[in-house]
Amino acid sequence: MNDDGATGTEQTTGKAPLVSVRGIVKRFGDFVANDHVDLDIYAHEAHALIGENGAGKSTLVKMLYGLLEPSEGTISIDGEPVLLANPDAARSRGIGMVFQHFSLFDNLTVAENIALALPKSRDLSDLREQVLGFSRRYGLTLEPDREVWTLSAGERQRIEIARCLLQDPRLVVLDEPTSVLTPREVETLFVTLDKLKAEGRALLYISHKLDEVKRLCERATILRRGKVVGVCDPRAESARSLAALMVGASIAEIKPNGNRAPGPERFIVDRLSIVSPDPHGVDLEDISFSVRGGEILGVAGVAGNGQSEFFDALSGETPADRADAIRIDGASVGVDGVDARRARGAAFTPEERNGHAAAPDFSLSDNAVLSLHALGDVARRGLIQFDRARLAAARVIERFDVRAAGPQAAARDLSGGNLQKFVVGREILRDPKVLVVNQPTWGVDALASAAIRQALVDLAGSGAAVIVISQDLDELFEICDRIAVIHEGRLSKPRAARDITREDIGMLMAGATAGSADSHAH
Amino acid sequence: MSADMLELVLMTVVTAATPLIIAAIGELVAERSGVLNLGVEGMMIVGASVGFAAAFSSGSTLIGALAGIAAGVVLSSLFALLAIGLAINQVASGLSLTILGVGLSGLMGAPFVGQKREAASRLAIPYLSDIPYVGRLVFGEDMFVYAAIALVAACWWFLNRTRAGLTLRAIGDNHHSAHALGLPVRRVRVLSTLFGGACAGLAGAYLSLAYTPFWSPGMTAGRGWIALALVVFASWKPWRVVLGALLFGGATVLQLHAQAASIGVPGQLLSATPYLATIVALMILSIGARRNAAAPAALGQPFVATR
Repeated sequence: MNDDGATGTEQTTGKAPLVSVRGIVKRFGDFVANDHVDLDIYAHEAHALIGENGAGKSTLVKMLYGLLEPSEGTISIDGEPVLLANPDAARSRGIGMVFQHFSLFDNLTVAENIALALPKSRDLSDLREQVLGFSRRYGLTLEPDREVWTLSAGERQRIEIARCLLQDPRLVVLDEPTSVLTPREVETLFVTLDKLKAEGRALLYISHKLDEVKRLCERATILRRGKVVGVCDPRAESARSLAALMVGASIAEIKPNGNRAPGPERFIVDRLSIVSPDPHGVDLEDISFSVRGGEILGVAGVAGNGQSEFFDALSGETPADRADAIRIDGASVGVDGVDARRARGAAFTPEERNGHAAAPDFSLSDNAVLSLHALGDVARRGLIQFDRARLAAARVIERFDVRAAGPQAAARDLSGGNLQKFVVGREILRDPKVLVVNQPTWGVDALASAAIRQALVDLAGSGAAVIVISQDLDELFEICDRIAVIHEGRLSKPRAARDITREDIGMLMAGATAGSADSHAH
Repeated sequence: MSADMLELVLMTVVTAATPLIIAAIGELVAERSGVLNLGVEGMMIVGASVGFAAAFSSGSTLIGALAGIAAGVVLSSLFALLAIGLAINQVASGLSLTILGVGLSGLMGAPFVGQKREAASRLAIPYLSDIPYVGRLVFGEDMFVYAAIALVAACWWFLNRTRAGLTLRAIGDNHHSAHALGLPVRRVRVLSTLFGGACAGLAGAYLSLAYTPFWSPGMTAGRGWIALALVVFASWKPWRVVLGALLFGGATVLQLHAQAASIGVPGQLLSATPYLATIVALMILSIGARRNAAAPAALGQPFVATR
């Protein structure tokens, strides 16, 4: 009966939503993650879901994908209320999902990872060929027989996307899909997504990158603190106005640091070559550069070109074979470990915040001990000074506006953006002379990103040498004085950010030599 | 040593290896799904006592074997309830299962101590079993031996060639991802735990029905633990279980012969050689370990779904 009624109204409006969400509430204990959310998604439509971290975007899409059960409200597909008990039910109704946190199996091959998400009835005997054909068709390079643990974040993302598209979904939910792709790969992805849209599929696109939303989406629903605060056409809005809607306040522009006169060379890398211990890793070849105090050097590059090996070499997780290959303030530290380099005044923030920069099950104050103990601030004669550790964590929480229950909160209970602010802030508050940070704002919302970038700029302003490894070109152009590109383990000659164009960087990322990129620029 | 003698020795190696193969392959499947059940020893010994009791009372080896399997399934369902249903620490649950099993088997087997029955009959195919030197080795084993080999082949095929096997491996690798894809994490883990229990029970029954055809308390003598070690030795790959079990069986038989020949080494030390061999093999293996030879990533981690 209801169906008939619904069909009637649809006919009068002419166009029925493919998926319709009405009055959805999701509570976790006392916390209301989604508060009476309404959302309509039409076929042929790219619909953006934007909002800060913790605004309830992920909770909402998990309910759409059958991973969470709504506390109240209904989800309808083709006007018919449905109960999505599990992801299988969602998939069988045509909802596909590309996850933000990869849902991949490290010890299985690419083809096996894809097979697991396909319907049970699907014949898997020619899966290898299907994967290869698919990667040609959509320009997403995939090697079916590689095991996932050998792949970079960018390569893993491609599996996620391919896995979803191979299911032939009517609605594709994409949770921050471009965070690890290069501008070129993003463009390729958008061509793919445009194709999907033209085929009549709907897209629900979750992103912090408002430029992408404006490029791709016709409609946007904005969430703040679990509530819908607006529905608009993002093409008619400016990135600034969207951001203001999202955070309920305007985002400050990055203020340049006052100290423009470069100081002495604080961090020098001299003909550094390291053969990766991992057979699928990238070898670093003959890397030389130096960073002065007060300067930020940006390192751009496509995921999987040696960024993590480069970071490990700078931090001392993989020592070099020559002591003078890396020098901090004149001291040769090439064969030293991480703590010895920290004792020289260097600080490091790796890419993976859960498990590398922070121990997920440890409290924030224990996590403060992890990187500060080498300096003697929070530990003496092998004993932890818990009150000082708590104080150190509390200072980071306060100065960097980390939303956490306090120094005793477990790292894994923080949202990605808040934990990132904590692990970056932990190193910055030490007042380091050299800071190396890998992907400082990956998966972090606009407000938190701005705070982190400002902190990096301020740190350089106080005379430290800062090295930022990032795949986000906007970020590099926003804060860096010089930019170099890493490609297959080689680093291009750093060039002043104001003299290098995106095209130059794109050429270098694709493997052009510095010389040819120079001639291109002239 | 004559060739006939050699065939006899090799046959004892095979019989010593068989219970290890059966118990280890069951545990291997459970561990590939992410469940670490340290109760193998307990399930084995209950299988041995219940299996002997049933066979002795009914007069049928087959009924004895089925009873052993059933006993293993019942005990492993208790483990599944604790470790999977209630997400209690798997190491603690498994250890207590072993302690429970050892006590329970002594209680249930008490009336049967000192009783004897015929060992399980061996295959006898006219002509084939009579082939000199290899006839009895290949065609004259008891049915458990053939069942063990078939079990390994079936498990290899299941894990590597079927979709259900792929699902099971995926769940053992990352239960959060598996859950996000809608794979039934807990159901698969319960089933693989029950399969492990069935295998352990059958392995125990083999000991009291074929290996030494009587029941005595504590007769598994640590074989459940050896089976657990074999799974690691085998890098969670089915056919390597057979290899490891034969090595261990070989060491067991060799030390028996060495004791019989009284070569001047204390018997206790010789009895310990198979266990020492296990430790040495594990050490050598871990030195040369590559990452993808490592354990299922989610092994031993309890899984709790949020809805």
